[in-house]
Amino acid sequence: MSQATSANPPRQVRSDRVHQRPQRRLSARILSARWMYVFLLPGFVFFVVFRYVPLLGTIIAWQDYSPFLGITGSPFVAWDNFVALLSDPEVATATRNTLVLSLLQLVFAFPAPIALSLLLNSLLSEGVKRSVQAIVYLPHFISWVVVISVWQQVFGGAGMFTGVVESLGGDPINLMSDPQLFPAMVTAQVIWKEIGWGTIIFFAAISMIPTEQYESAVVDGAGPWRRMWHITLPGIVPVIVLLLILRLGTVLTVGFEQLLLQQPAVGADAAQVLDTFSYFRGIVGGDWGLATAAGLVKGAIGTALVIAANKFCKRFAGHGAF
Amino acid sequence: MATARPAWMEKPKPAVTLLKGVVIGLIVLVMLYPFWYVIVASLSTAQGLRQHTGFLLAPAEFTLDAYRAVLSGDIVTQSLLVSVFVTVVGTLLAVVLTVLTAYGLTRTRDVPGSRALLYLILFTMLFTAGIIPNYLLIKGVGLLDSLGALILPGAISAFNLVVVRNFFMELPGELLDSARVDGAGEWRILSQIVVPLSKSIIAVIALFYGVSYWNEFFNALLYLQTPQKWPVQLVLNQYVVQASPLEQISFGSRMDSQTAPRTIQMAIVIVATLPILVVYPFLQKYFTKGVLTGAIKG
Repeated sequence: MSQATSANPPRQVRSDRVHQRPQRRLSARILSARWMYVFLLPGFVFFVVFRYVPLLGTIIAWQDYSPFLGITGSPFVAWDNFVALLSDPEVATATRNTLVLSLLQLVFAFPAPIALSLLLNSLLSEGVKRSVQAIVYLPHFISWVVVISVWQQVFGGAGMFTGVVESLGGDPINLMSDPQLFPAMVTAQVIWKEIGWGTIIFFAAISMIPTEQYESAVVDGAGPWRRMWHITLPGIVPVIVLLLILRLGTVLTVGFEQLLLQQPAVGADAAQVLDTFSYFRGIVGGDWGLATAAGLVKGAIGTALVIAANKFCKRFAGHGAF
Repeated sequence: MATARPAWMEKPKPAVTLLKGVVIGLIVLVMLYPFWYVIVASLSTAQGLRQHTGFLLAPAEFTLDAYRAVLSGDIVTQSLLVSVFVTVVGTLLAVVLTVLTAYGLTRTRDVPGSRALLYLILFTMLFTAGIIPNYLLIKGVGLLDSLGALILPGAISAFNLVVVRNFFMELPGELLDSARVDGAGEWRILSQIVVPLSKSIIAVIALFYGVSYWNEFFNALLYLQTPQKWPVQLVLNQYVVQASPLEQISFGSRMDSQTAPRTIQMAIVIVATLPILVVYPFLQKYFTKGVLTGAIKG
């Protein structure tokens, strides 16, 4: 936009306009907002380069991609990679593991913060409540590498737990490398890391419940337990339902780093999920096209589930998350 | 009583109080003891740790040897420097880019095209390309095996951007409008009115970015080959989680072919966690505020 195109911004306000503001010529509006474009430029470039260019790169899902030939030189193979996914036994294992871990987390890790926030809410002392909150939020900010390291030091083959077991006369035990125990350990790790952080939203919901409800319940003779059961819990049900539906939308995503870190110890049969499959098949195994196809299918189903979940929320709870 | 309590909240029965106390005590113990165990074990001698295999409340034969070994200038020290660099530079860059972009997106009615950009950004929260295309991009732009590959891809999180934008939208519009009438440019409005009023939310996202840069593991695993460039999380993975022999990853100054002693492993865990533990109490008070503005209106 040069100076010439916007020399005289027309300023007249037409009376028949229903817009709140007078509409000026586009070029004039652009010129007057030029600083805003300067602010937006780096962000725009960032999202194009780091988020949209990779989307174009998913084209290799339809190629027999080879790093030497590149995207422009690799031959197209139509839907071969997607068809190969269907008959790949590793994909079946990864899908099964993903769904099992997801289900376990839904049943155990999802309700845990609800229970904890109800418990903490029932405390009378604000000071105790806040200190406990500060402690339980902490693991959320610790990396998965540290969390797994700490768990190994406690439950691993040389760890504290086996030390206790041995001193009681038991056999050495490594809870961190047992494929049978792995789903339970993964779920426990998720609860340990995220239970505190998960309470934040429930606390906010609890604080929205009008105090009068509690007051009149007391007048009617309801004790603390009945107040929790008949006021607090129903008061946060809409939030619970909303989060549950959204959680269902991400059913194909289970902690990627968490599983990647532990896969060498427990083996791929127990610890391969859809995301780690993409990584091991593509980056490690060099089967680029197939791995990209796997990521793409997972991403597409995931997006469809999230959108469907949100639609469902809007219909069911009257509002979605976006 | 120190705190004001509504009249209807009577004191519960002693038995109930006791039960709650026990449950909460257990939760706190489960959350904190693993950290305590790792701390005291890292301060023990290797010999002491072999003898005291069970619970530890205090170091078994106190020594700082593990920390001396870890901080003696070998790969762990180097990786800490890398992590500090990536975290400081990354957080600064990310906060500046996020604030600029978020402010640029606050006046979608006056800035043609900015609403479209907002939708483009929101879409990236919904659908991402996956691991392989991202890897090919980093390779394509020549960032492979450089620290830029750790800093740039995470420089704007769409979630943090939405949180900040929502916060900006809540600022009193009359204040900004009157500044505009007085002839203040957008840069002055942003730097002298908006940013000073938004310190709390900027602290929150700085913390989020800082934590995510410090904790960055997978990007490092994916993009970095040279051990000298590894951040501490990647070193932690090699030394401790995968328990690789030392010779594989030291710069050749050590020739041990054994897994690092447990005390050293624990010391690495602690140095990889310490910065988070140090900043955590200071910024903890802002957490819920920032998260909720994002969650409810995002």
